[in-house]
Amino acid sequence: MIAAAVLATLALVCAVAAWRLTLARWTWRAPRTAILLWQSLGLTWGLASIGALLAFALDPYRKGVLHGLAEFLLSVEFGVRTPYDYLRLAALVAGLSLLAVLIALPLAAGAQTLRARRRHRLLLALVARDEPAVPGVRVVDFPGAAAYCLPGLKSQVVISDGTLHLLSSAELEAVLAHEAAHVRERHDLVLLPFAALRRALPWSKLVSDAQASVELLIEMAADDRARQRCCPRRLATALLRFGTSAALPTPQGALGASASSGVMARVDRLVRPEVALPAAHRFLILAGSVVLATSAPLLWLLPG
Amino acid sequence: MKGLGELERSIMDILWAENVPLTAREVGRLIEDRDLAPTTVMTVLDRLSRKGFLTRTRDGRAWRYQPAASRDAYVAELMLEALDMTGDRDAALTRFARAVSGSEAEILLKALTELEEE
Repeated sequence: MIAAAVLATLALVCAVAAWRLTLARWTWRAPRTAILLWQSLGLTWGLASIGALLAFALDPYRKGVLHGLAEFLLSVEFGVRTPYDYLRLAALVAGLSLLAVLIALPLAAGAQTLRARRRHRLLLALVARDEPAVPGVRVVDFPGAAAYCLPGLKSQVVISDGTLHLLSSAELEAVLAHEAAHVRERHDLVLLPFAALRRALPWSKLVSDAQASVELLIEMAADDRARQRCCPRRLATALLRFGTSAALPTPQGALGASASSGVMARVDRLVRPEVALPAAHRFLILAGSVVLATSAPLLWLLPG
Repeated sequence: MKGLGELERSIMDILWAENVPLTAREVGRLIEDRDLAPTTVMTVLDRLSRKGFLTRTRDGRAWRYQPAASRDAYVAELMLEALDMTGDRDAALTRFARAVSGSEAEILLKALTELEEE
């Protein structure tokens, strides 16, 4: 019963930590470290929640979650005798369902994302053009402002024709450096599990806030890469021009831009940079993330 | 000799510009690259049909091809996704920044004027 209690506590600690992390501002001073902490928290929360349910259900085996589960699957003997056993059975069903959901959903989200990208790639091949002024970048004839990266084995950076008119050449260079960072560091793979979790738990404000936090941190990480190569002020004005370019009618069924977009926070960081988080702090957070991520699998082995 | 992707693009451009269903022979006549084998044009038209970008109708012994949707419709589809307006919030693309409206846009506009004046 100790394993179940410890795992349940760990899941709760992760949830509280995630909630605190959505409100934290130090993360903006070390976005890449914060992203790692987010990934560790997400993984540990999932493993601890499933582990707590299964540890409770498989307690009579006295072998820990992993070996207990293996023995149960081999013998398929659960032995429901007392009313208390029904509670254990319910925990078993819940634990196995959560496990299935947390494995199946990212897979389904991944497959759906790949389909969407494939379609996007096919369409780009038909309507996008090359522009001599911006080599290696695909240009779509569209008057609004759009700049994005289509990730994949051969990632493509795409901008709209309107972006070429909206930005000066120095600003455009900054935007392209930002997008190049997304391409190089495969930020889309970081976002995928969080997007999948949000789809699994659409009613959870915490999960939705977590996804928004990670999205913003990824943009900040790419901003940091871009500022090493070009003028931060030009990246800031490019951001502001993009943010204020909403002269487009919003189509039916489109997401409203009511939630804060984080543009101003990114601009502030670029114009008035705060001191980066001290290396010692970053190292502590890093070490904490690693310990956290290894704790749940170890607890799965803890008997009793 | 152009690559297959480039050829698909040219053929779509021709069919979008012509606005009437064309046969493979007619498409071949309009294409810039004159040494193109007629079978190559047929192959590309067939590929585009299978991908759903062209529809075809029987005309005697030949097929007539026309675009399934306008060029603008495809541009709109791409840009809806690019501007994160599908309401999906998926992780298919990583975008530079989202346009905002209302009071937040006013704050940004003020910041932009200040930055430009400095």
